[in-house]
Amino acid sequence: MKKTNLIRLTNVTKDYNLGNLVIKVLKGITLKIGKGEFVAIQGRSGSGKSTLMNILGLLDTPTKGSYYLEETDVSKLKEDELSYLRNKKIGFVFQSFNLLPRATIFDNVALPGIYAGKSPKERETTATGILEKIGLSEHINKRPNQLSGGQQQRVAIARALMNNPDIILADEPTGNLDTKSGQEVINLLKTLHKQGKTIVLITHEREIARETDRIINLTDGKID
Amino acid sequence: MELNELFKLSYRAIAANRLRSFLTMLGIVIGVFAIILLVSIGTGLQTFITNQIAGLGSNLIFVIPGRIGGARTPGGVVSNKLVVADAKTLQLKLRNEASVAPVVSQITTVKYKNKENKGTTVFGTTSNYPKIVQNATIKQGRFFSQSQEQSGARSAVIGQTVLNNLFSSQNPIGKRFFIGSNIYTVIGVINKRGAVFGIDQDNVVLIPLSSAQRQFGLTHVNTIFISVNSSSFVPRVKNQTQKILLGHLTEDDFTIQTAESTLSIVSNITNILSVALGGIAAISLLVGGIGVANIMLVSVTERTREIGLRKALGARRSDILKQFLLEAVILCLTGGIIGIILGLLGSLLLARFLVSQVTLWSVFIAFGFSVAVGIVFGMAPAIRASKLSPIEALRYE
Repeated sequence: MKKTNLIRLTNVTKDYNLGNLVIKVLKGITLKIGKGEFVAIQGRSGSGKSTLMNILGLLDTPTKGSYYLEETDVSKLKEDELSYLRNKKIGFVFQSFNLLPRATIFDNVALPGIYAGKSPKERETTATGILEKIGLSEHINKRPNQLSGGQQQRVAIARALMNNPDIILADEPTGNLDTKSGQEVINLLKTLHKQGKTIVLITHEREIARETDRIINLTDGKID
Repeated sequence: MELNELFKLSYRAIAANRLRSFLTMLGIVIGVFAIILLVSIGTGLQTFITNQIAGLGSNLIFVIPGRIGGARTPGGVVSNKLVVADAKTLQLKLRNEASVAPVVSQITTVKYKNKENKGTTVFGTTSNYPKIVQNATIKQGRFFSQSQEQSGARSAVIGQTVLNNLFSSQNPIGKRFFIGSNIYTVIGVINKRGAVFGIDQDNVVLIPLSSAQRQFGLTHVNTIFISVNSSSFVPRVKNQTQKILLGHLTEDDFTIQTAESTLSIVSNITNILSVALGGIAAISLLVGGIGVANIMLVSVTERTREIGLRKALGARRSDILKQFLLEAVILCLTGGIIGIILGLLGSLLLARFLVSQVTLWSVFIAFGFSVAVGIVFGMAPAIRASKLSPIEALRYE
């Protein structure tokens, strides 16, 4: 069965201009990720994997090359159009969770729904539904600091699922967690994959990368 | 993004830093409070003076020595060529249309037994004075009669301050007291008139014109009051008065005023006063606004990661802009409302000691100003927040 391409990068480069010094971080990346894939992008620190993740996540635009997300060329989109796509198509999971400390677990999870323009009722149904599935219903009115690291990362995953995106981009999701909690998070991602989500996992750990179906190795801004 | 979500966000952010939010708000509270209070003093003063002048009656003309707003006599001294004889001439020539009451005055000390009252203004006038000057009404006893006035009787009508200081709670009618070295008998008391610009209008004694002239040797008049029988004659009588006086005086020697013309001069002055007071208070609101801008900049820096996260999750520039702008506006608006309430209470309190009157427009202006301050001073930090790049913001420690 031929999978449809969700992500298609062709010869993507990214340069950073530091005054008169130009740093070439990505040196021509060409890659395809199909719908429903579970892919790891593995590389040492400094390999450019964070830059690649920012481009994949529409947080940054390539210097050269093209990026098609579901047949849309996103490399030339304006800031607000990128915001819109990030909101609808992509769910982020960060190494340091990035939960709003003063908001409740419920408010954290429902946050992307606000920017999607969902009604309060719709947000409530969706957020409580997701938290129930992930097994965090009892913590719904707590604040993030009342939860363990593993629980916080699962809340972050719940938040990533809020607008039912096509892609989950997880940047070192186990980096701040102990082995057991880390495994729980990986298992959750695997479950989501089985339910049909496309998952891109960025990591420097080979062990974690092995949990996925396909590993893309990044060295010095190029795919091996 | 819905407004109630934005309100929730702003409330959460403000409540998270209670002390800081309170201190920031305090700047706005003080600014708005000062505007309301100072403008209320200006307005109160205006109303008070207007009422005082209106109390004189609309068909009143008064002639005062010297020229207001014109050249002064050499040495800066007001011309004092207007004399009692001029008043007598006016009375004679205008007797069909008006009645005339000249007033001479002398500041002196009055005594009763061992009590004395310093700085009392002794007015010498004619018996028709209470009919002409409507705010000088007799509260107790009576005013001196025409025959008492013509015979130079030692009869006196006293003001409230003199009454309180010399006779305290006793009935003053019939009591004999000293004005300078002469003994006078109290025959009446006039109503309390209050103070204008700190000058006590009740520290007065009114005596017959002829008595005052004899005792103090006064010939120059302080004011000539002319009460016109019908207010429609006022312009004509004013012209006649001018013609009569110009017979032997120059234009620099006297000024003819009507209640109306005085009112316009006074309201000009008090309007300028109101604007000046309000302007000074507005400066403190401006400083409060700078405080808001300052704290919003701190808030944006502190919440850089939050801004980055919100952008990653799909917030547009305008969402972030609205969030921070609303936060600044809420700070200013809350401060403004507290300031208005305190200003209202303050001016109520002030009204007991001084004149003060809150006007609706000053409340609206203060309210509008505090919103405007929030928008103006919240704009720069909010724009700064909205322009943050999500990657850099997320990386910010």
